[in-house]
Amino acid sequence: MTLQRRWLIAAGAGFIVALVLPRVGVPTFYISLLTQAWIYAIVAMSLDLLVGFTGLVNFSQAALFGVGAYAVAIAATRYHVVDFFPVVCIGIIAAVVTAAIFGLVALRSEGVGFIIITIALNEIVWGLAYQWVSVSGGDNGITGIVRPPVGPFDVSANTGYYYVCLAFFVISLILLSIIVRSPFGLVLKGVRETPRRMRALGYNVWLYRYFAMMISAGFAGLAGVLFAWYNQFVGPTSLSLDQSTQILIMVILGGIGTLYGQLFGALVVVFLSNELSAVTQRWEMVLGVVYFVVVMYAPGGLVVLVPRLWARLRGLRPAVERT
Amino acid sequence: MRMSTRAKTAVLAVVIVLVSAGVPSPTRSADPGPIKVALLAPTSGSAAAAGHDMVAGWQLFWKEHGGKVAGRTVETVVYDTASNPTHALDQARHAVEADGAQMIVGPYLANEGLAVAPYAVQHRIPLFLPTVSADDLSQRQASAFVIKVAGWSSSLPTHVAGVWAYEQGYRKVVTLANSYAFGYENAGGFAQTFAQKGGKITDQIWAPLGTADYTPYISRIQAAAPDALFVEMVGADAVHFLQQWSSLGLKSKIPLIANETTTDQSNIRSISPEIVEGITSFGHFAEGRDTPATRAFIDKYGKAEGVLPSYMATSFYTAAQWIAQAIENVHGNTGDVGTLLQAVRQIKLADSPFGPMTLDQYGCPLENVYVRRVTATTGDAAKYAKTWNVVTKTYPHVSQFWTWKPSDYLKQPVYSPSYQGYTK
Repeated sequence: MTLQRRWLIAAGAGFIVALVLPRVGVPTFYISLLTQAWIYAIVAMSLDLLVGFTGLVNFSQAALFGVGAYAVAIAATRYHVVDFFPVVCIGIIAAVVTAAIFGLVALRSEGVGFIIITIALNEIVWGLAYQWVSVSGGDNGITGIVRPPVGPFDVSANTGYYYVCLAFFVISLILLSIIVRSPFGLVLKGVRETPRRMRALGYNVWLYRYFAMMISAGFAGLAGVLFAWYNQFVGPTSLSLDQSTQILIMVILGGIGTLYGQLFGALVVVFLSNELSAVTQRWEMVLGVVYFVVVMYAPGGLVVLVPRLWARLRGLRPAVERT
Repeated sequence: MRMSTRAKTAVLAVVIVLVSAGVPSPTRSADPGPIKVALLAPTSGSAAAAGHDMVAGWQLFWKEHGGKVAGRTVETVVYDTASNPTHALDQARHAVEADGAQMIVGPYLANEGLAVAPYAVQHRIPLFLPTVSADDLSQRQASAFVIKVAGWSSSLPTHVAGVWAYEQGYRKVVTLANSYAFGYENAGGFAQTFAQKGGKITDQIWAPLGTADYTPYISRIQAAAPDALFVEMVGADAVHFLQQWSSLGLKSKIPLIANETTTDQSNIRSISPEIVEGITSFGHFAEGRDTPATRAFIDKYGKAEGVLPSYMATSFYTAAQWIAQAIENVHGNTGDVGTLLQAVRQIKLADSPFGPMTLDQYGCPLENVYVRRVTATTGDAAKYAKTWNVVTKTYPHVSQFWTWKPSDYLKQPVYSPSYQGYTK
């Protein structure tokens, strides 16, 4: 009870900090990196729904993210559909439809088989983006995507867009939290733990997984839409297998099965990869070491460190420390 | 004495806060400070070798000139694009918004350039592209802020190649290129002028970038028995292709008309001479060009790096020379972007390692195109490489629009697999 309350207070405080950051002279570059973190956090949470709550390690999340992003680009540059909310809907629907097809193929197997099939599916979508030049622009991608106003608000500047992405992150976090706490979410957890028992209890395990994939894809597609507007450009690297792996790394770093932890995962990956690459040419190696250390010493993800640190600061659990 | 855990954690927290918040704000003074240049280069990822050359060429120039121009220090920061356009864009943001870069030089790959260009335009930051050759950046998407300083357009040398091939008496040609924008533009430039002359493109093959085994493609070419093969390859693909082309015995049977990158020094330096000697290619650079400007540069570069320069290294050296001259002309006053851009556009290099260069109004140089042949190195160059590209013919002052009127040329779409400039 008190724990939950403490979390609510922390979340509220975090939200207020996030709201005022652009107003207190934080340089636009960092606002822009934070915007990126909100977007990545949405797609990482969407993957967490599968990895953490349904037990499906999906390597095709970048493809769904990318489908959302390409939907924006193609809608804008070929069909001149540029209004904010219609485009968001198109992106989400495109990703959900793609996931509906992916699910039919991938859910025929479980475990390692599922992983391999999703890797293959991601490669297929990447191949389409790379080779279907007349639609996707091939390797060059599609440029010239303009951020539309949200209702009366102009979001073409960094700060305005920051709030848009923050809002979508908060909405996604709330919706996903409701989903995982709902009876549906509880069944997903059951499916994750013991699919066989759930089957014996009469649940259609396949269908639950299928729905989970489509819900997850909706959020991934939303993040893709935001990402396309953020960069104002889309290319095949945004839906590469590398990108899928990076999203999974955010989930693992942040804390599998925590949802809100994905924000920390996204923040760490976005900030480290941007800051480190300015400092050293061997930045990817350093990133690797960081990931390794986190997985070794905080296997529950970065979020488990927060309460631990907090407790230590307040002197509540000094005994936990091993020397 | 031991600190309690609580105290240690508190100290740690304080240190973190101080480090993250404690960047001192610079005090304003009359000193304009250094000219900050962001060099975007893929120093990791698939194009890391090219990235290294770019940085080496750029820094060679500034080392020679004490890192100064017009009395001001030039401070170059290298940002790694990781051969990834999204990361390139992140790095451009970092350079401009966090580090206050006044101009961007680079990146390397066409897709990186296309990602960064709209950002530079939006933020009114000059973007100089010595190696990004995507046709559209100086054609259909040309901008006042984007200039291919000491650069080129992909199809610029291959327009010449098409005409040349027809004049050699070739009538049936197959093209082989990597399936991405650079390949489409190289092949398209060739196909359009060759077909216009009356030649026939009998087949166009697109191989994915990163293909290790070119044997199936080579069999298909052998079966088609063309008069010649036009080929575009980059990096490891070029090395694999050339080795397999030779070992399958086609080198003596079907003449190759290669683009610039296929026989670039960075590729041929790692291949044994008999595989590459005698191959004809078309480029805006030839390291074996026998003129003082080129000889002086390859000599300097050889001494510094121990190898002959690639076109990437040469581009960045020449770009540095070009930009330095422009900064000199505005007396170091780089604050006014419009004036600086105008100064850059007005530079005319009477000679450079590439030859004479001036810019057209779209931001692409008018430059020499060399018909090049790979031969054994002679003289001092033999210390640094076994083979190099020597010039057999020079087409001077070639425009990216070849002989078309720019307005006519720009009516056609950019080259892609579905548009190669001729009717099939």
